[in-house]
Amino acid sequence: MALATFKIWRTHSSEPGDGTFQEFQTEVSEGMVVLDVVHKIQAEQAPDLAVRWNCKAGKCGSCSAEINGKPRLMCMTRMSQLNLFDPITVEPMRTFPPIKDLVTDVSWNFRVKKTIRKFLPKQKEADGTWRMAQKDVDRVQEFRKCIECFLCQDVCHVLRDHNKHDEFAGPRFFVYAANLEMNPLDTDDRLEDLKDKHNIGYCNITKCCTKVCPEHIHITDNAIIPLKERVVTRFYDPVTRLLRMVTGG
Amino acid sequence: MATPTSTYTYDVLVVGAGGAGLRAAIEAANAGVSVGLICKSLLGKAHTVMAEGGMAASMGHNDDRDNWRVHFADTMRGGQYVNNWRMAELHAKEAPDRVRELEGWGAVFDRTPDGRINQRNFGGHRYPRLAHVGDRTGLELIRTLQDHTVYLGVTVHMEHTVVELLLDGSGRAAGCVAYDREKGRFHTFAAKAVVLATGGVGRAYKITSNSWEGTGDGHALAYRAGAELIDMEFIQFHPTGMVWPPSVRGILVTEGVRGEGGILKNSEGRRFMFDDIPDNYKPQTASDPEEGWRYVMQDKSARRPPELLTRDHVARCINREVKAGRGSPHGGVFLDIAWIKEKIKDSEAHIKRKLPSMYHQFKELADLDITKEPMEVGPTTHYIMGGIRVDGDSQMSTLPGLFAAGECASGINGANRLGGNSLSDLIVFGKRAGEYAAAYARDNAQPRVDESAVQRAIGDALAPFERGDKGENPYKVQADLQESMQALVGIVRMENEMQEAVQRIQGFKERAGRVGVTGGREYHAGWHTALDLRNLLAVSEAIAKSAIERKESRGGHFREDYPEKDPNYATFNIMTKRGPDGSVQVSRAPLPPMPDYLKEVIEEQKS
Repeated sequence: MALATFKIWRTHSSEPGDGTFQEFQTEVSEGMVVLDVVHKIQAEQAPDLAVRWNCKAGKCGSCSAEINGKPRLMCMTRMSQLNLFDPITVEPMRTFPPIKDLVTDVSWNFRVKKTIRKFLPKQKEADGTWRMAQKDVDRVQEFRKCIECFLCQDVCHVLRDHNKHDEFAGPRFFVYAANLEMNPLDTDDRLEDLKDKHNIGYCNITKCCTKVCPEHIHITDNAIIPLKERVVTRFYDPVTRLLRMVTGG
Repeated sequence: MATPTSTYTYDVLVVGAGGAGLRAAIEAANAGVSVGLICKSLLGKAHTVMAEGGMAASMGHNDDRDNWRVHFADTMRGGQYVNNWRMAELHAKEAPDRVRELEGWGAVFDRTPDGRINQRNFGGHRYPRLAHVGDRTGLELIRTLQDHTVYLGVTVHMEHTVVELLLDGSGRAAGCVAYDREKGRFHTFAAKAVVLATGGVGRAYKITSNSWEGTGDGHALAYRAGAELIDMEFIQFHPTGMVWPPSVRGILVTEGVRGEGGILKNSEGRRFMFDDIPDNYKPQTASDPEEGWRYVMQDKSARRPPELLTRDHVARCINREVKAGRGSPHGGVFLDIAWIKEKIKDSEAHIKRKLPSMYHQFKELADLDITKEPMEVGPTTHYIMGGIRVDGDSQMSTLPGLFAAGECASGINGANRLGGNSLSDLIVFGKRAGEYAAAYARDNAQPRVDESAVQRAIGDALAPFERGDKGENPYKVQADLQESMQALVGIVRMENEMQEAVQRIQGFKERAGRVGVTGGREYHAGWHTALDLRNLLAVSEAIAKSAIERKESRGGHFREDYPEKDPNYATFNIMTKRGPDGSVQVSRAPLPPMPDYLKEVIEEQKS
């Protein structure tokens, strides 16, 4: 057992920035994660402390927060990784509007998803199935590991610092679009939307999203860069453009 | 004030957005009726996301001897023949189509070498049957359904919790009252048909794989409204939950570890599962470790290793080893997948590819590399076979207009559920519930919502605020209930202990009536816990009383004072219903006779 000091963000209203850190001292024991400590504080000292969580096993992506300034899942951050000599700060994700304490309004993400053209599979084969080789679905399966914790959205400076929520879909939805674009069965085309509506060009590949992904998805290298390349090839490559002019495509 | 902020009206209202709720919403929306979907959390976070191993469907891709007859017989054998045979039949027949349909909605399953959906071995299934995506099949299912649903015009009410169902004057379902977490406001939902798909009750126990949401809401809502529950004594204790460190105790370790060759050992290094193989499984169980390994390698002439016996049996064997002092340092046993390095080259990469999230989970939460060391595991409360009594075809409960699907419904699993039958249950019966609820909504007029019932529900829900800090701490009552259920109505049960549990539950009910909370209504976890308590208490009472009534051992229900199966108990389900005094009344509901064509299937599959 050891004593830890937690500084947890408590909101005063739902106005962004209207809140203060409240300090709690509590005992922590072996194997505890940050979410355990937050729950302990909630059960013993602050029953109205708001925190969003579900599975507590890193599978649902609900308990995203900023721990000592770093975007992380509370359930997958072990106390043994943190320095207990200093207070541990726990704040909500700053890119989304606050609801209460550690809980933010992430509904924007659900709205963005609807703007991405849905999966459109090709015809089934004669035996009524689709055949796909494992190696052809490996990369799509990487994208489908996403647990929608939105930490990548939280850390993305296009959203966090420049507030381009109305113009920019963010890393999560480039991963989602890549999953559809690279699905061997899909027949739709999302490149024009990615260029004009979701402004993938705003991303200048600083890889912050990749660094915070708890599922270790190579967001930038495997999703965003290949999509950017497809957009460039389609819309900006001089040879392709010339060909398109000639063929009228 | 005790008035709702808003009123929503739908043809079909679905409560719960896990696999069953989403599948029901899709089907109802496709039928052209208006659909509202209420979920306790954000969309896509429901407990389905935790399912790991796969969904059972007899597509026969990995072994063409598989078909619905084998799946049906496996399900009935696993359920010890007190299943609703009609549901087991429909499930076995329809699961393959439901799985294939997911591919058309964007699901990307692991593939066989010839490019079809790959199927894996699992406990109690004769052939490799589980369509899967590594060990994150539940995430694949929920995301696929979620992404399909959002384009269908279904209205989703996220982070809303239902506090009471509403009935019209004739006893027909008419909607519900719910609060939103964000502001703590109340809303009335009026509907022609209601589908409950609220999942399980794991939070009644101290050690559970279930998230905070598993508080038996649908069970309790239906029960309070007067619907019948059956089989509440049948709880599945999953044999392999994490046991160390304490904060992760109960988190699931997929059966897929054993499907991929993982073995169970005690502190003496003995593979104890070979010591106790039930007679009815002997013909299908490997006689030695070598044959077991050949099975894992998909040798069709080999029989499955005893680690893949049904979950109830494996959980009891682990319990026995621990009680006999042959457990691991933290009160479990050893689950070893690392040993396969003796058998295959590059086992480390193989394990990481087949069980990526297990590798991740142990590495991050327990500092343990499963490719190198054995895990420590022990039983964890995982699933309730019992639930709302429904019609096998339509999924309608005993209340008109009230449907149920998935874990909160009962029948398909009998006394014990086979791993992998849950995800397929969700999509088979979620679809049916949505289809029949939509048809019901089309055939019936909008019922009248009883405003005084709305007022009452809101008043009851706000009572903890009136008691304020003079009331009891709801977390404390919940923790005491969980301790009692764990200790007294757990894996091994005794009459006197369960009577003691019923007594204690009475006391907890009184304490629950005194819980108080302070502060605002916005996102107030203490208040939510106070409200969930009512549901946990109702299901706990139903579980304890049903378990007392079944004086035999069968499937998930094991009694030390009646350790044998009693054929007299094979002819009925234990039924619970709310009595006039508000306490649980227990009776016996005879099982309908199985038709001859299904009896023949069971006979032909006995060898």
